[in-house]
Order: sequence, then C-alpha cells, then structure tokens
Amino acid sequence: MGIDLRYPIGLLFVIFGLLLVFYGLFSGTAAYSRSLGIDVNLWWGLIMLVFGGLMFFAAYRKRSK
Amino acid sequence: MNQSTELQWIDYLIILIYFGFVLGIGFVLRRFIRSSSDFLASGRSIPAWVAGLAFLSANLGAQEVIGMAASGAKYGIATSHFYWLGAIPAMVFVGIFMMPFYYGSKARSVPDYLSLRFDEKTRGFNAITFALMTIMSSGISMYAMALLIQTLHIFDSAIRALGLPQTWVFHASIIVSAVIVLGYIFLGGLTSAIYNEVLQFFLIVAGFLPLVTLGLINVGGWQGLKEKLQPAYLHAWAGLNNPRDNPLGVEWFSLIMGLGFVLSFGYWCTDFLVVQRAMAADSMASARRVPLIAAVPKMLFPFLVILPGLLALALTHPVNAGGAEGGKGASPAASVEATNPVSLIPPETNPETGQIVKDDKGQPVLNYNMVIPNMLLRYFPSGMLGIGLTALLASFMSGMAGNVTAFNTVWTYDIYQSYIRREADDRHYLRMAQFATVFGVLASVAVAYFVAAFNNIMDVLQLVFAFVNAPLFATFLLGMFWKRATGHGAFFGLLSGTLAAALHHGLTLSEGAVPGVKGGWIVVVHTYESQMAQNFWTAIYAWVVCFFVTIIVSLFTQPRPDEELRGLVYSLTEKDTSARGPWYTRPVPLGIGVLILTLILNIIFF
Repeated sequence: MGIDLRYPIGLLFVIFGLLLVFYGLFSGTAAYSRSLGIDVNLWWGLIMLVFGGLMFFAAYRKRSK
Repeated sequence: MNQSTELQWIDYLIILIYFGFVLGIGFVLRRFIRSSSDFLASGRSIPAWVAGLAFLSANLGAQEVIGMAASGAKYGIATSHFYWLGAIPAMVFVGIFMMPFYYGSKARSVPDYLSLRFDEKTRGFNAITFALMTIMSSGISMYAMALLIQTLHIFDSAIRALGLPQTWVFHASIIVSAVIVLGYIFLGGLTSAIYNEVLQFFLIVAGFLPLVTLGLINVGGWQGLKEKLQPAYLHAWAGLNNPRDNPLGVEWFSLIMGLGFVLSFGYWCTDFLVVQRAMAADSMASARRVPLIAAVPKMLFPFLVILPGLLALALTHPVNAGGAEGGKGASPAASVEATNPVSLIPPETNPETGQIVKDDKGQPVLNYNMVIPNMLLRYFPSGMLGIGLTALLASFMSGMAGNVTAFNTVWTYDIYQSYIRREADDRHYLRMAQFATVFGVLASVAVAYFVAAFNNIMDVLQLVFAFVNAPLFATFLLGMFWKRATGHGAFFGLLSGTLAAALHHGLTLSEGAVPGVKGGWIVVVHTYESQMAQNFWTAIYAWVVCFFVTIIVSLFTQPRPDEELRGLVYSLTEKDTSARGPWYTRPVPLGIGVLILTLILNIIFF
C-alpha cells in the first residue's frame, strides 16, 4: 500500500547528508574538539549521503524494471 | 548539565526537517485510507522488511534506548541478556509457530484471536487491560520526553525566543509531540506509524553508530575498554551460579525461565503492539518472516544501545581509580568526579531541593538514565548533535505512536465493535478509529500530566499491569497447541495467574527495599538478592499457576468441537508452505540461522 518507503528514507538521508557535509566543510576545526578532532559532520554526512543515494537507487531500479 | 550546550541553527533545522518529513509521510499516505482495515491494519499490504524493521522499532522507544544504556552502565555486558535471551528466541518462536494462527485466522488483533479461540470474556479481559496499558505507556513516554528536554536545557533558547517563561519547555514538549504524533497517525493510520518507525530505525543507527565509534576511540578501543572495567562487567554468563557473584543479582535459572521464557515470550508473542506490525504484512510468508527479519538487527543492537553505557562507565569511573569492588551492588559512585571532570553519569538530584541523593551508605546515587543524553552532548558537535537528538525524539514519538495505533485498533474492533455497536457500515468504524486516535493522544497527554503530579500512583498501576501480563503466554501456548483448552479454562487461568503474581509480590521483597510498591505489602516471607530476581520469580509463579489452572479448569469444562477450531490450533491447522524461494527467505532456516548467530554472540561474551 502507498509509496515505496525507500524514497522518503533516501530523500531524508540525502538532505541530512548534504547539510552535514556543507556544515562540516565550513564550520572550522575549533568546533571538533568534542569529537576528538575528527570532523564527524563531514565524514558521517558523506556516509549518510551515500546511504540515502543507495536507497533512492534501489527504489528507482525496482520501478524501472 | 556539565557543559552548557546551545543548539545551533543547523541542529534546529535538522529537527524541523524531520518533523516536516514525519507529517509529510502522513499527508502522502492519507489518500490510501479508504476503509477501517486500511487505517488500522494497513490493508495487510506492508512488505516484510518494512514490517520487520517496524516490529523492532516499535519496541525501541526512547525509554528503551535510554534504559538499556543505563543498564549497560549499571550491569555491564550482562544487560545483553535482555536482547539475546530476552528477545531473540521469542521472536523466532512467534515467527515460526504463532504467526500462522495470528495471520491465518484473519483475527484483526491479539484480543480478537482470543475471542475466536476461546470466548468473549477472555477477549474482554485482555482487550480492556491492554487498551488501558497502551494509553498509560504512551503518556509515560510523553512525560519522559518532556522531562528529559527540560533537564537538558536544549530548547531553552527557543522558548525564550518565543517570549515564553522557562516552565513552558515542559508544556511545549508535550504539546508539540502530541500534535505531531496525532497528525501523522490521523492522516495515515498504521501505515504512517510503521513508516515512521522504519525511519526511526535508520535514524537511531545514524545517530548512535558514530557515537559508539567516538566513544570507543576515546577509551582506546575494545582493549582499552576492557582494561578500564571490572571483569564482572565484561561477561554475560560468568558468575550466574550465585546471585551474589554477578552485577544483575540473579541466578541462571530465574534468568532463563523468568526473563528468557515467561517475560520474553509473554511480550514478543502476545503483545499486540509488536504483533500488530507482523499482522500488517502483505502475505502469510511475509508475516512469518517479520519477527525473524527484526531479530537480525535486534541481536546487534546491544552494540549500539548497551555499549554507550559501558563506555560511559569506563570513561568516568575507570577501574584503576579504585573505589569499587566486583559483584552485585558494587557502586562505582565513590570515584565520581575525581577521575574525570566531565561526568557522563551524574549523581541523581532531588528535583525539589536540588540536593544530591545519597544511598544508605552515604554514597551518591547515580542517575544512569543520563548516559545517552550526556554522551550525545559530550561527543557531538553542532550538526551531528541535531542528528543524535532527532534520533532520540524520533524514538520517543514512535514509542507513543506504536501505543496509540495499538490502542485505536483494540478500541475500535475489540471494544467498540464487540460490545458497543456491533452492526454498522465500515465508514462508521473508520470514523470511530480516527476518533479513537484523537482520544488516545489526548488521554496520553492527561496521563503525562498525571504522572508528573502523582509518580507513586503510576508505579502501582504499572505493577498491576505487570501482574496482568505475566501469565499471558501460558494462555496463548495452551490455546494454540492444545485443542482441549477451553474458554473458561483460559479466563480463570489468566485471573489466577494474575492473582498469583500479586500474591508473590506481596509476600516477597528484595534486599534493601522497604515494603510497599517494591513488594512485601502483605508480609515478607522471602527476600531476594535483587529486585530483578524478585520480578523474574513473580513472572515464573504467575505463569505456572496460569498454566495448571487453565489445564485443570479445561478438563472439567466442555471443549469446543474441532470444526470451530480449524486455523486456530496447531493440530487442526494445515502447515503453511506458502514460502517458496531460496532457503534464507523461508522461516525455519532463517530462524535457525538467527538462533545460531545469537548463540555465537553469547559464547564470545560468555
């Protein structure tokens, strides 16, 4: 019933991923003393972005079949 | 709070986007709702993987997440028993053996199955207690969220910006969560709740995986963690011969029978809140796969939700700092603050006086429930903090939504349609279900404020519900696998099991507890080493009494003819062979695989 859930999940993770990546790129290193000097926004944002993209891709491939 | 944390625009933006998404899903799903079955049972059309993740997430409310990390800090790796022993075997059982009856009988709810199999009084007893319980849990979840938000001061600046006094943080949390949960369930019904539970599952992973990773890096990896903790915290099974040799304060028999059998099977196999997710699946084969699909992430979740507790303990109270001895009741509180300026496990404070609460030995009582929130604030910079808080808010809200969707179904089908208005067209029941959703959310708000005002009454009510739940699995086991079990047997079995639980609780107490809501309110004839041991034994007694009373009463009452029980009892139901395809999609091999993996995890962390 309804919509393929992978679309909204993919969309949400792509949006969150992009936000984190850009915020991570421009927020400067001082913000990351908490996270042990690791720019977790950038790295985890990239991972979320890729995951969101894969979800999208999986849903798209199923529909085009 | 140990450090003042002001959220940045990015954190607010992430939280707002999430709220928008949740409601957006409701709006999109609205046009698919045409009948009461669409609204309350998703028209039985949910794919197995979606229902499976929802099955898992419905149980993964924020109190569960926060509570598991708290237990991780309190009891160590032994906390994983609540997952590996207290969930997986029951999930495999419900998938392989019980779903054929729930799904195949066309029952619309768990109480509905009881009415098909037994009689109206058994259904009525189960439906009414269950409906009350869901409203209460939903309200408690709401209260817990508002309290946490108030304690963390994270939204204080937002409230200030709106020109409202500080006390409004609590009210605003309740109002906003109620409006959002009501909004998306009212629009999209059970499907909406299920979709948001799946979203929550991915958000929890997205929020907690980096948290655990950062914590592990900080503590020096797995090796570093082991060095900083006492051996007793690193084993799941060692020391279980004697309740005094392990942090849980229980022995293996009551752990396996109480937690692993009675409580676990009672919850995962009979609680409509979780079973409803599997019953919404698109086919019998899917419905049976749902709990098994859920079991795979479930067995790995201790690494996400229990490990933060261990990390917090190792980071703030490392063993070489002295202060604590191994075994049960060893409180690491003595070394608080001395070793680490940032305490991830702060002492508990009295909400009225602001004083630190101390135990009878004069040591501060630790507030383990702050582990997860403090870890988020400690390790996450703005940005990731928004993700982490969103994950937490998502689990609070889906914890509420799960209860509300279970409530509106049981109310509409098992109470309203069964006892109030039997014959009406489906449109009428759809409207009633929507009305029940509004009522359910409003009642939860009332409960939230009630809990805030009368904590003690709530403890008593929760206790009563625990008594009602304890014997349930005996009823279902006999109902599904013994065709001779009768309605009278089931009803009086349940009643006497509940009574036995209350009686056992009234006659026993745990060490250091005062008679009252903790037990011993009749007279204390036995004292257990821990409250957990007392709870497990209460459940075991309730189950055994229910089991035998059901059998005895059944043997003296008239059984139902076989034709009426077809599809409801094991021996009178054709074996489900609908699952075709590769072995890993079939319930039995999948279930065996899950059990083997769980066994391996237990051996690794023995």
